[in-house]
Amino acid sequence: MQQNTSSEPIVSLRDVQKSFGPLKVLDGVSFAVDRGEVLAIIGRSGSGKSTALRCIDRFEKVDGGEIMVCGHRVDRPDVDLRALRQDVGIVFQSYNLFPHLTIEQNITLAPCAVKKMATGQAKELARKVLAQVGLEEKLHAYPEQLSGGQQQRAAIARSLAMQPKVMLFDEVTSALDPELTGEVLKVIEQLAADGMTMVMVTHEMGFAKSIADRIVFMHRGKVHESGPASILTSPTTPELRQFVGTGNLKS
Amino acid sequence: MGGHLNINHLIFLGHGALWTVGLSLIALIGGGTVGFAIALARISPLKSVRLASAAYVQLVQGTPLLVILFLGYFGLAAIGLQVSPLVAASASLTLYVAAYLGEIWRGSIQSVPKPQWEAAEGLALSRTQRMLKVILPQAIRIATPPTVGFMVQIIKNTSLASVVGFVELMRSGQIVNNSLFEPFVIYAIIAVVYFAMCYPLSLFSQRLERRMGRGRVNLAPA
Repeated sequence: MQQNTSSEPIVSLRDVQKSFGPLKVLDGVSFAVDRGEVLAIIGRSGSGKSTALRCIDRFEKVDGGEIMVCGHRVDRPDVDLRALRQDVGIVFQSYNLFPHLTIEQNITLAPCAVKKMATGQAKELARKVLAQVGLEEKLHAYPEQLSGGQQQRAAIARSLAMQPKVMLFDEVTSALDPELTGEVLKVIEQLAADGMTMVMVTHEMGFAKSIADRIVFMHRGKVHESGPASILTSPTTPELRQFVGTGNLKS
Repeated sequence: MGGHLNINHLIFLGHGALWTVGLSLIALIGGGTVGFAIALARISPLKSVRLASAAYVQLVQGTPLLVILFLGYFGLAAIGLQVSPLVAASASLTLYVAAYLGEIWRGSIQSVPKPQWEAAEGLALSRTQRMLKVILPQAIRIATPPTVGFMVQIIKNTSLASVVGFVELMRSGQIVNNSLFEPFVIYAIIAVVYFAMCYPLSLFSQRLERRMGRGRVNLAPA
């Protein structure tokens, strides 16, 4: 394991290759995320953006290339998955809260089981992270008693409780009504303001423009265009120009 | 020979009924323990373990319980192990029940949505922690109605243990009949006793299923 110095990016992908059967999903993808940076990955369905994100947390194994995350060589077969996942938090489109546990138990489970935190301390932590997402009053509720937006905020709180160095968001608002989307985006905005390093796959162009330090536009398994948020207003490639033209629609 | 059904006969049948309950519990506990191991083996990350457990399940599910009982009793004797009818029946039923419960429980574990596994993985939980704290509690809810339903099958199937001379309800009925020659009355009594054991469980299983409203797992007919 290599030492992670402050000048090194938290996440870096170099020439990453990934196929599902004959289908090449990632065809030489490279990008890097620095500490405190917010990177938004955009692109059509099937462009490989979710796969790229999942490779960072090794939910997909890559066929080639190099992935370095918080000092872990994720592309290597001998990567310490549990150490990697303590450094990386991931939030999914479908929330994936544990339905048999209360929100508090959802949040305290991993700190107690993985970090061997004392129960009292973990409960304290649960209250803290729930306050961060504005859900303190739902401590003892079960997931099914919460709205979609509340469940997603609780899922973010659960991730935060592990104090990750980087957070991954995989289309976290795609399953939500427009009015519930706002409350989740506000939470993510606050995290960005607090300096959290984040990589997000999103369909929310307006949000990506306002929150992301950098945008990666993926097209056919490649990084087709990348740069500051301003590329969304003045795209250089015709593909991105066409994509932002229809970008307010969910693809 | 001859005579009328009296209190002693009924006490004898009662003993048989108790052994039916006893044998059912042995089959459930033994079969449940082995079946749990089978369920885990069926979803093992190791291919050889998965194949071996699948072969076991196929083998047992494709063999009549009656044959398994004979194999248990006479087979073990043939290799020099003289076992009592109770041991032979317990062992055979355990093997039989394990194959079915193993499949029911494997199905229940696998019907917990895959994203639940991923969410638990994403939180750095170990495989054992994921299983114990996230997957099994949800799988148990799904597995309860079909498991209770299968217990009914176990109770009825213990009657086959009579063929190896184990005196449970069925065998005790045969013995009483041998002295009274009133087959209709005696087997009617026995049918009622079996029904009285099974029906409450069936009702309970149906109630559980209604309450949970999901997670039906197909039961192969026993």
